[in-house]
Amino acid sequence: MEWETVIGLEIHVQLATKTKIFSGSSTAFGAEPNTQASAVDLALPGTLPVFNENALRMAVMFGLAIDAEIGKRSVFERKNYFYPDLPKGYQTTQLAEPVVGRGHVDIELADGRTQRVRIHHAHLEEDAGKSLHEDFHGMTGIDLNRAGTPLIEIVTEPDMRTAEQAVAFARKLHSLVTSLGICDGNMAEGSLRFDVNVSVRPKGTETLGTRTETKNLNSFRFMEEAIELEVERQIEVIEGGGEIRQETRLYNGDTKVARAMRSKEEANDYRYFPCPDLLPIVIDDAYIEAVRASLPILPAQWKATFIEQYGLSDYDASVLSSNNVQAAYFDQVARRCGDGKLAANWVMGELARLLNQHDTDIKASPVSAEQLGGLLERIKDDTISGNIAKKVFEAMWLDGGTADEIIEAKGLKQVTDSGAIEGIVDQVIASSDKQVEQYKAAEPDKRGKMLGFFMGQVMKASGGKANPGAVTGILKQKLDALCD
Amino acid sequence: MALERSDVEKIAHLARLQIREDEVPGYTQTLSDILALVDQLQATDTTDVEPMAHPLDAVQRLRADVVSETNQREQLQSVAPAVENGLFLVPRVIE
Repeated sequence: MEWETVIGLEIHVQLATKTKIFSGSSTAFGAEPNTQASAVDLALPGTLPVFNENALRMAVMFGLAIDAEIGKRSVFERKNYFYPDLPKGYQTTQLAEPVVGRGHVDIELADGRTQRVRIHHAHLEEDAGKSLHEDFHGMTGIDLNRAGTPLIEIVTEPDMRTAEQAVAFARKLHSLVTSLGICDGNMAEGSLRFDVNVSVRPKGTETLGTRTETKNLNSFRFMEEAIELEVERQIEVIEGGGEIRQETRLYNGDTKVARAMRSKEEANDYRYFPCPDLLPIVIDDAYIEAVRASLPILPAQWKATFIEQYGLSDYDASVLSSNNVQAAYFDQVARRCGDGKLAANWVMGELARLLNQHDTDIKASPVSAEQLGGLLERIKDDTISGNIAKKVFEAMWLDGGTADEIIEAKGLKQVTDSGAIEGIVDQVIASSDKQVEQYKAAEPDKRGKMLGFFMGQVMKASGGKANPGAVTGILKQKLDALCD
Repeated sequence: MALERSDVEKIAHLARLQIREDEVPGYTQTLSDILALVDQLQATDTTDVEPMAHPLDAVQRLRADVVSETNQREQLQSVAPAVENGLFLVPRVIE
């Protein structure tokens, strides 16, 4: 039988606020255990939550970016369960009245098609602390620095059909929240965590199969692996005459093995009720419009601009628009040098290569967009060749300076003067008897290919400074003259 | 709606309350009485009544996103039964 996979995602996004959702404790990552856990975060008796405006603003930003209905009134509720890294005995979250309602995210698939993934809702909630299960004399260690970090949990409709689509969505969401500046996107530190709901059904049928949930996937690769493994398992169970149990599963990315959580671990009855410590949150149109006005340019907008204004391919435009810093950088380079395609090649080529090599981010690029744009301008006006430009770029990377300063200091200005080039061409022809004979002996339509050797020699003799266009013309003219 | 003995045991477990065997019938009765009262309330027609999220007729005040808490770990952990390396220690929660 042919099977169809149905995938829905729940994504926890840590908001990049300075402080926690209900207290003034810092949310900075990596502090000594429990040094950022105040009396409120510890749920000491008598403490009360005070809601962080910035968490609300960031949630609204997300809602506007996915074209969602914004909850003008939203309500915090208590989700009750016991776990030692949840000191209050409940998580403060939203259920019936979330801050972000129905919306959608469009993803691009490998075959160029666009697919819409509907967002069911997104709600504000607090993160739990961390349990450290290393052996502390048979006890568990608890670090509450993370307790109370603001999250939005985003819930999609079951609109994805393959692991590839789920990963494309996850990447798109990552790009969106980082471009909005509401999340640092650091998946290794848990800033973005994915829960994957998977079920299978016979192809062509409508009824959803029983789903399982694989929790806390923190890399795109693990997500893809976990989905593929789970689909395989479900099909095997069903084809073997068994039934899928609704359960929560854990995937270990290191061992590539998934297991079901023991039913006891998930036997919860959360007994939600509105949190009496927090009043309803009410926002008006003016607030929403003010947030809308503060939105940065989003990936989809950048992409459209890059295709329209600079004539970039869909692929190049997607890559360059995937994060805001890179998009803005590219845009500035393109404006400065007046050639979008050249700018795209350099930002995705040389710049990306050096950033990668030095394991650094475009945010920290030692070469500014202004510097790179200035360099490309000198390729455009034939002051230097593309090859020389790479040398200038490396010098720029190491020691700074403008393209003009480096070209001047290192004497790299391209030789376009035809007299000088003719001199070099004559020299090369005179010392390459064998190749000249071969050229003469070749069929006229094969000669073009044989120019390569002479080009190489001339460029070498000129220290790479000869203008390649001029060299080609002069070489061809002189060699063909010998053939007559 | 009357509760069974097993409902009371389940509720007690979810709330992590230890109740004595001889207390179960009493709780079963009193909790059932509370539910009977709720049943009585349910009979009221609430068609046009907006669900109430909070008894106060007010909205949530917001706090600026500025760090105001300092590290009080030493003081806060002075009341904890067990700490080590800055961590609170609790009975082991997984096998």
